[in-house]
Amino acid sequence: MERLLELLRGNARLSVEEIAVSLGLTALEVAKRMTELEAAGVILGYQAVVDGEKLGPRGVTALIEVRITPEAGGGFDRIAKRIAQYDQVRSCYLMSGGYDLALMVEGTDLYDVARFVAEKLSTLDVVLSTATLFQLRVYKHDGFVLNTDLREDRLPVSP
Amino acid sequence: MSLPHKMNLENKLSRQLSGIPRSGIRDFFELVIGRSDVISLGVGEPDKATPWPIREAAIRSLEKGQTSYTSNLGLESLRVGISGYVEEHFGVSYDPKKEILVTVGVSEALDLAFRAVLDPGDEVIFHQPCYVSYGPTITMAYGVGVPINTRLEDNFTLRAEDVEKAITPRTKVIALNFPTNPTGAVEPPEELEKIAALCVKYDLLCFTDEIYSELLYDQAKHVSIVSFPGMRERTVLLHGFSKAFAMTGWRLGYACAPPVLLEAMMKIHQYCMLCAPITSQIAAIEALKLGATAYEPMRQSYEERRNFVVKRLNEMGLNCFNPGGAFYVFPDVSCTGLTGREFALQLLEEHSVAVVPGEAFGPSGATCVRCCYATAPDLLVKAMDAMEIFVKKHRK
Repeated sequence: MERLLELLRGNARLSVEEIAVSLGLTALEVAKRMTELEAAGVILGYQAVVDGEKLGPRGVTALIEVRITPEAGGGFDRIAKRIAQYDQVRSCYLMSGGYDLALMVEGTDLYDVARFVAEKLSTLDVVLSTATLFQLRVYKHDGFVLNTDLREDRLPVSP
Repeated sequence: MSLPHKMNLENKLSRQLSGIPRSGIRDFFELVIGRSDVISLGVGEPDKATPWPIREAAIRSLEKGQTSYTSNLGLESLRVGISGYVEEHFGVSYDPKKEILVTVGVSEALDLAFRAVLDPGDEVIFHQPCYVSYGPTITMAYGVGVPINTRLEDNFTLRAEDVEKAITPRTKVIALNFPTNPTGAVEPPEELEKIAALCVKYDLLCFTDEIYSELLYDQAKHVSIVSFPGMRERTVLLHGFSKAFAMTGWRLGYACAPPVLLEAMMKIHQYCMLCAPITSQIAAIEALKLGATAYEPMRQSYEERRNFVVKRLNEMGLNCFNPGGAFYVFPDVSCTGLTGREFALQLLEEHSVAVVPGEAFGPSGATCVRCCYATAPDLLVKAMDAMEIFVKKHRK
């Protein structure tokens, strides 16, 4: 992947100037490239990476495996795009293997997710079955390993 | 019966040892230790842990019960791996059976090399500012260290003409370390070639510590002095895993040298160390398998941090050249009217940022401080902000 994107994926709050210094480019070049990537839809947005556990007990996340009947002509696209419209669905992927769509769903509690599955998802004609797997703990999220700060173990001064 | 006198232990110490000062780094370390609020640019190691596949290989080996001694030379499969790696990176081929010795860090290898060749009074030329152990290691081997000062205006590279001036009939070894700790200097190949020619002309040995050879920037390619004509037969090439593979605490290095030199080093190693730790050796085998995929992301990130730090230091008015390798910058702080030591002490006192006084690396670094930029980017920003305020306040 382009280094500019790697840097932004690590820290989206880097300023154009900071990135330019790091990469040995001018701020203008970096700004231009970022605009290009945004316009091309490569960069979709800039968001904070949040450790939800630190916020205390609020909300649940579930992985829902969905089997669906593909449509003649459209395949999985139309139905996948339709399911992705729900606010509860944070991510929606077409998968190989034993099921078709993987959804990451967020709800206020267990029942909230259950309601979404029972009332919205399962009622769609093309949905054959669902399996709901609740997330218990997060150890690594989007490349960030949680709760492993080794800094304290290092000597402050060494040869 | 009279009571025995209380023993004076100072008098019992070797005279050779008492001539050696304490490491300036250790001195400074004691001021910093115990303070939890310090942002440290004082370390000489990567800020990341060893890449996971390397750690995992070590864990597996412990699970399997691989906890024994190894051959004095080191595991054969490791030496075969080193041979291939050295040929690829340094352009010189060594026989894993009799020309490669696995050691406990480059520090041990350096000690072995000096002890293997030096008789009392033999002179060793080395360049300063340099890593803290060169002078003392030479002295402990009963040699005489002959430091050559490198200059800020040369970006701390070594001039071959200075080397030639320092050569006497007692000169036996020229010791080099490029890229250099603490300056980050990289020796230009054309100057390296001249130094190689001097080694041949005066029939000198060359010990070259190339521990930072993977950490080069601006698309530069590493050139080792051993690759020049007539050098392989007189060179001890020292390398290890600490810096590129973030393996400082594993203590694993190696020496490549012609059989006669290597056998002499091996003689000392087998009696004083026996072998390098097996767990570290197994980890190193994995490191070599990973090669550049393990260190290239770190190298790239260091280059970006270097760009940032050099720009900030120059903007705040410190004279700092753009180093081509390693992960240190060595700014001159004279514009503050402070020596490197005063600068480091007061910066620590007033802003809780630790840098190492340049004098720890030899008197020619007295107006400088060493800052390691293998530190997390967010901390580098904080450290540079603090230094900027500090420099503004003191600037003459």
